[in-house]
Amino acid sequence: MANLHPFVTALLGGFCIGIAAVMLMVLVGRIAGITGMVFSGIRSPLQNIWSVMFLIGLALGAFLYHGMTGIPHPAYDVPLPMILGGAFLVGFGTKLGSGCTSGHGICGLGRLSPRSLIATCTFMLFTFITVFVRFHSGLV
Amino acid sequence: MNLLASLFCGIVFGFGLALSGMTDISKVIGFFDIAGQWDPSLAFVMGGGVLISLPFFQLGLPRLKAPVFADVFRVPTRSEIDLKLLSGAALFGIGWGIVGLCPGPAIASLASLNPDLLWLIIAMFAGMFAADIVEKMVDGTKAEPAK
Repeated sequence: MANLHPFVTALLGGFCIGIAAVMLMVLVGRIAGITGMVFSGIRSPLQNIWSVMFLIGLALGAFLYHGMTGIPHPAYDVPLPMILGGAFLVGFGTKLGSGCTSGHGICGLGRLSPRSLIATCTFMLFTFITVFVRFHSGLV
Repeated sequence: MNLLASLFCGIVFGFGLALSGMTDISKVIGFFDIAGQWDPSLAFVMGGGVLISLPFFQLGLPRLKAPVFADVFRVPTRSEIDLKLLSGAALFGIGWGIVGLCPGPAIASLASLNPDLLWLIIAMFAGMFAADIVEKMVDGTKAEPAK
């Protein structure tokens, strides 16, 4: 899979994500929204073992991919203060906005939910702006 | 059985995240850096995902009576587009532009055993709890809606 074009791996990966979301609804009756699973999974794990299992699966799936293909894990080299501040915003924003790229993006768009479409456009827009400010504004 | 099914779905989802490049911050930042060396490939992830989810939610799900291992389908019902949704999405976007990982890929990346990602997850938890407290303060005496 290493020699496939990045567009192809991205598309195939997107198919996997979509199939996983469909299977979760068909089998367990739940929407594949990571934000909701993370929050309910840490606030009351015993009532939401299914979401804890899914989250463990996420890491196992990534582990499996890198194990099978031999492709090393991508480097993650963001300075710690940026990690802490940025991740706090990710957590705060996804909880307040009731969803992230999976729940509003993949599932919400599939449900043709205007609320999710607006949310997805909003966070994408602000990510574009943030990345622009970081690399091109001369401010940071 | 539903726990094993959840685990299996998570594995497929996490495999897809790693395969697609969503766990690779150079690709994520590359996608959002339209003014730099723009790398459009991650658009295909959302495209591929919706290509599967759209026909399912529009055509497949309405024909199904109940999930295989549960009693009911729990599909989100909220439709309000309010300040909470917009400000939450905006803050999430800013955070994503800083750390380069949204929640799913952040959890999946724990597979790399890089300790920095543990800090990322802890800070993300803290942000969620802070938002929960703020929501409850804003809602005042209103009872918390059932999850």
